[in-house]
Amino acid sequence: MTDPNAPAQKTRRTAAGDVVLSVQDLQVTFPSEAGPVRAVRGLSFDLTAGETMAIVGESGSGKSVTSLAIMGLHPRTTRVSGSVKLHGEELIGRTDAQLSKIRGNKLAMIFQDPLSALTPVYTIGDQIVEAIQTHYDVPRKQAWERAVDLLDLVGIPNPQLRVKSFPHEFSGGMRQRAMIAQAIANDPDVIIADEPTTALDVTIQAQVLEVLKKAQHETGAAVIMITHDLGVVAGMADRITVMYAGRPVEQGRVDDIFYRPRMPYTIGLLGAVPRLDATNKEPLATLEGNPPSVVDLPPGCPFAPRCPLATAQCRTEEPPLDGAGRHLAACWETDRIIGEKLTSVELFPSPVFERTELAPSERRSRPTVLELKDMQRHYPLMKGAVLRRRVGTVFAVDGIDLDIVEGETLGLVGESGCGKSTTLLEILNLKAPTGGSVEVFGKPTAHLSRRERKQLRRDLQVVFQDPMASLDPRMPIFDIIAEPMGVHGFSKADIEQRVMELLRTVGLEEGHASRYPQHFSGGQRQRVGIARALALKPKVLVLDEPVSALDVSIQAGVINLLEDLQQKLGLSYLFVAHDLAVIRHIADRVAVMYLGKIVEIGDVTEVYERPSHPYTQALLSAIPIPDPETERSRTRILLQGDLPSPANPPSGCKFRTRCPLFAALTEEKRALCLETMPPLLDVRQAHLDHKVACHYPTVIDVLALDSSGTATDSPYAAAAAAAVAETAPDDAATPAAGADPRPDGDR
Amino acid sequence: MSETIDEVATAGPRPTAKRLTRGQLVLRRFLRNKGAVFGLVIIAVLVLVAIFGEYILPWRYDVKDRNAYYAPPDGIHWFGTTQSGGDVLALTVRGLGKSLIIGFAVAIIQTSLAAIIGSSAAYLGGWYEKAWLWVIDLMLVLPSFFLIAIMTTGGPKGPNAWMLLVVLLAAFGWQLSARVVRSLSLSVKEREYVAAARFMGLSTPRLLLRHIVPNIASMLIVDVCLGVGYAILGEAGLSYFGFGVQAPDTSLGTMIAEGAQSTTIAPWIFLTPASLLVLLVMCVNAVGDGLRDALDPGSMSGGRA
Repeated sequence: MTDPNAPAQKTRRTAAGDVVLSVQDLQVTFPSEAGPVRAVRGLSFDLTAGETMAIVGESGSGKSVTSLAIMGLHPRTTRVSGSVKLHGEELIGRTDAQLSKIRGNKLAMIFQDPLSALTPVYTIGDQIVEAIQTHYDVPRKQAWERAVDLLDLVGIPNPQLRVKSFPHEFSGGMRQRAMIAQAIANDPDVIIADEPTTALDVTIQAQVLEVLKKAQHETGAAVIMITHDLGVVAGMADRITVMYAGRPVEQGRVDDIFYRPRMPYTIGLLGAVPRLDATNKEPLATLEGNPPSVVDLPPGCPFAPRCPLATAQCRTEEPPLDGAGRHLAACWETDRIIGEKLTSVELFPSPVFERTELAPSERRSRPTVLELKDMQRHYPLMKGAVLRRRVGTVFAVDGIDLDIVEGETLGLVGESGCGKSTTLLEILNLKAPTGGSVEVFGKPTAHLSRRERKQLRRDLQVVFQDPMASLDPRMPIFDIIAEPMGVHGFSKADIEQRVMELLRTVGLEEGHASRYPQHFSGGQRQRVGIARALALKPKVLVLDEPVSALDVSIQAGVINLLEDLQQKLGLSYLFVAHDLAVIRHIADRVAVMYLGKIVEIGDVTEVYERPSHPYTQALLSAIPIPDPETERSRTRILLQGDLPSPANPPSGCKFRTRCPLFAALTEEKRALCLETMPPLLDVRQAHLDHKVACHYPTVIDVLALDSSGTATDSPYAAAAAAAVAETAPDDAATPAAGADPRPDGDR
Repeated sequence: MSETIDEVATAGPRPTAKRLTRGQLVLRRFLRNKGAVFGLVIIAVLVLVAIFGEYILPWRYDVKDRNAYYAPPDGIHWFGTTQSGGDVLALTVRGLGKSLIIGFAVAIIQTSLAAIIGSSAAYLGGWYEKAWLWVIDLMLVLPSFFLIAIMTTGGPKGPNAWMLLVVLLAAFGWQLSARVVRSLSLSVKEREYVAAARFMGLSTPRLLLRHIVPNIASMLIVDVCLGVGYAILGEAGLSYFGFGVQAPDTSLGTMIAEGAQSTTIAPWIFLTPASLLVLLVMCVNAVGDGLRDALDPGSMSGGRA
């Protein structure tokens, strides 16, 4: 595929298979108030042309610092030493002017947040043209044509028109694609992607990763992918470097790392990730403690304080990175791990506690704690500065029904813009919604007096997403936890006692009560938030993505704590998340939301194993699973386009603009989707807790879809032909072609 | 199924944190700024001089030395005398005291008003906010100089008339700060800990005082410091034209006014208070800048490498 407008076709300086980027003993040190921060302490790797290397680590591991050091983007006060050789030429020590000739030309970078990485006052086309014209003497017209071609390559519809748009007119996924287009504009030899999809929704993430793969394929570049998501790594990488506390602790091919890990940290990390295809609900492997701060590291291996195999040698001497072949590990106990075939189950045993499953019949016998009946929340769209007039409505939540009984966890999933946060706020505000009703413990919230509302607040508490922002930085944590009790008039002695008890319950030390939130790590702060929510002994906890801002190794501990508390205290949870793997692990029932409506609701095993709505199927299909073989052999159902605006939803079924089943239907069958919003009806027998809102529900086991099928839309082609309009519960909903019974086991 | 409380938790002694507290950290960063430290020292000296000056200096401010009219600086009168024989140094020190009191009082009242009005307007929104914004805009448009001038000359006279001046200066000075406080409060209002406090039933005034105002405290501290400088200059300007502090009371401004008439023949009458005014405002600004840099975690006063 020759592009006549491309800058003179680059003959690659390094042929495929040879080393294009060589990093040796990279060290990066920052000055700070508390002393020098050694963010990276000796990273070495060789990157071959055409391969993808993933650098995996949690916060504080030094992975983002590495990418900036390779590009030379650190401020002058930072000390970078070691060697970074591109095509055999040293990069460290070069001046900014010399490096500028290489950046954007041979080395390209894709940043995490596309909104802040693209200049807001220039059009997308201007920015791509700037990238081209900085390095090549190309006439403007030719550069513009190349920009249009690049946007077409990354899959932006109508590229001639959209090339003149500004970044704020694009959605998040499209902005990221535009940034990828800008990065590959000059056919770079190395592309560094720094957490490119962390800020994106799951279905958009799947699209962008496909684009990235395509871009790599087109340019033949080597890719360094920096991420903390092991699922993404399993699908994209050829080789992996796992970093911890600034050093690489394990390096090797992707299969070696996932199936034969040799370092306890990697083993623990792989065991702590909740998996979408896990059928059992065993507690996750928990790593005690927190990632160390790189300001003052103890001598010896930085993982030793958390490692179950730590010996005296581990605590005094830091192990070097070595091993047989190309699988290297930095651990003194590697032989023991290989010899005894130790896995996360043996190394990081999870706390054992009883998990009682909630059968559907049992549900009906328990009292309902929270019920939403056709709840609506509309916001008026106002225009005009002085005289504001209403020009439209944002249908944030457009009529949802759900209920939670005592002791149950309902997971509410959906992507950004679906209305799940608005639902939470409506419930917590305890005021009348725009339409429908909210009932808490059987009492409708519409006409509550102030005193009743305050009384009700004791039983309904909330845990927020961002542990840093949900605690007042000016108050010590004793005061933070004591505050709700102070508001409701507890005596000082009671407060004192209860705060200490709560600290113990959530696993924090009582002696830390006078410290401020910034002295704690993210996971500990989240525990403080949970303690504060439990202070008044509530019956219902509303959790707004409580673990999404935490590192993977800490996430597992908080999830286990939440499950434990539910069992011990008889709490009900409304758990809002976008991470379906976590929901599968913790929830009893799940509701999937799209554009303000619930499209599928039911028992979590039912919904995950027999998803009947195309959106649920696409969601499940888009989530990466940390298992390279599964990832390689999967076909993804990719949704086209972007979320429609909630101010202007499509007529009839709101999902029809992106629905792959709709696309495969005949004209007459489509009429039903165009006219009426499908009601939420039982999929099969009523006692199986599973309702779906689709005119032609079809069960497709997305987790078993593999690439042995033919075309990309084959799952829906057959389903469309066999579709029968659903107006009553249909016992004969047929599974479509390609949905094989699931093989046993998780892997 | 609730957990029973079995043991009585005794609160043990709370260990002090080994790390630096935020206050200590801010102090360390402040002390690194030589200009700010110098300014602080000078201000401290000036305050001490203003308080204890009249006991130390040889001449009192209201004594007229009939032997020395328009006397240049010499051994008896270190900074010379005025037209009526008053000692310039004593008068200046007295004026300094008055200017300092007015400056600090105005700054504190002004910032408190701005904090309360700005944060409540941001938090409550709706008509309350609209009304206050309208008032702020109106007062910014009004010619404050003239209004204060009219009210001080036409108003009560006497040794405590300066209090009216303080009230007027504060009343016309809080608006700009209030706007800044409002925008800062708007962003603090969106933080999750404010939502958490609301959802646990905390009343609005307590919420404002406990959660919102302390989190914009850095801006408020800097505002007080810089406000002192503006208030002193404002008062000096008014007094120069005869509108602020009225005779027989004196301030730096009135001294400068008096000295302006005789600049060519007796420049020391004008130069002494003017230089002191410039020195004072520069030092206050240096301290304000230093505090702002010390409180801002993102500024470049980074640590030792």
